Amino acid sequence: MTQHTAATRSLVIERELPHPPEKVWRALTQTPLIEQWLMKNDFQPVVGHRFTFRAPPMPHWNGVTDCQVLVVEPHRRLSYSWNASGEAAAGGLKTVVTWTLRPTRSGVLVRMEQSGFRPEEEQNYQGASYGWQRFISGLERVVAGLN
Amino acid sequence: MATTANVLFSTLADPTRRAIFERLSRDGEQTVRALTDRAGVSQPAVSKHLGVLRHAGLVRRRREGRQTHYSARPQALAPLIDWMGHYAAFWRDHFDRLETLLNRMGP
Repeated sequence: MTQHTAATRSLVIERELPHPPEKVWRALTQTPLIEQWLMKNDFQPVVGHRFTFRAPPMPHWNGVTDCQVLVVEPHRRLSYSWNASGEAAAGGLKTVVTWTLRPTRSGVLVRMEQSGFRPEEEQNYQGASYGWQRFISGLERVVAGLN
Repeated sequence: MATTANVLFSTLADPTRRAIFERLSRDGEQTVRALTDRAGVSQPAVSKHLGVLRHAGLVRRRREGRQTHYSARPQALAPLIDWMGHYAAFWRDHFDRLETLLNRMGP
């Protein structure tokens, strides 16, 4: 699901999970738990805290995402900036990731919004670098689909 | 845009060309000779592939004396990369992992 505005666009993913919001909050905010489902990190649930997510390096990208905590409302809302790091940081992706938890009858509705995609970012160098390995691995399938 | 994408697809659809491009992206600038040693095809064939890659903007060449050096231009893939599409797949995968973790965690 995507939303379109004049300047930037957002990516939204929502999923209802059969777990209490408190438990999901732990998975979103405790460093060892975050690492288990997302990436290595030095996150702390403190507004203003700067931290990184670390993925294995790849050509033209050191695997580091620079972040800063923007909002911490326990069990309800968490937001951090999500910026490409390393040599391509200057022209790289600059977005904000916001998690919202809403209790439901059977658990919690988890909403992830990544906002701030500018149209030109779809064509920048960092994008090509980050995605290109995945692209290469999927290329044969894509080409087969073209014919 | 569509034409550019088609050129990129057809250029990289060839496994030898893809291997050359991948190698240049991974290992940095190489001479034609160094590429030939690893490609398993003749030097004229490698040169021809490099010409096609260059036409698509995927590699650039630099002459130094008698040697010609080639390097990758991964940014030429940009027309094919959609950031939002990339992250949509990324977050879907990681939501799955989050669910798996939650199922494993105590209450």
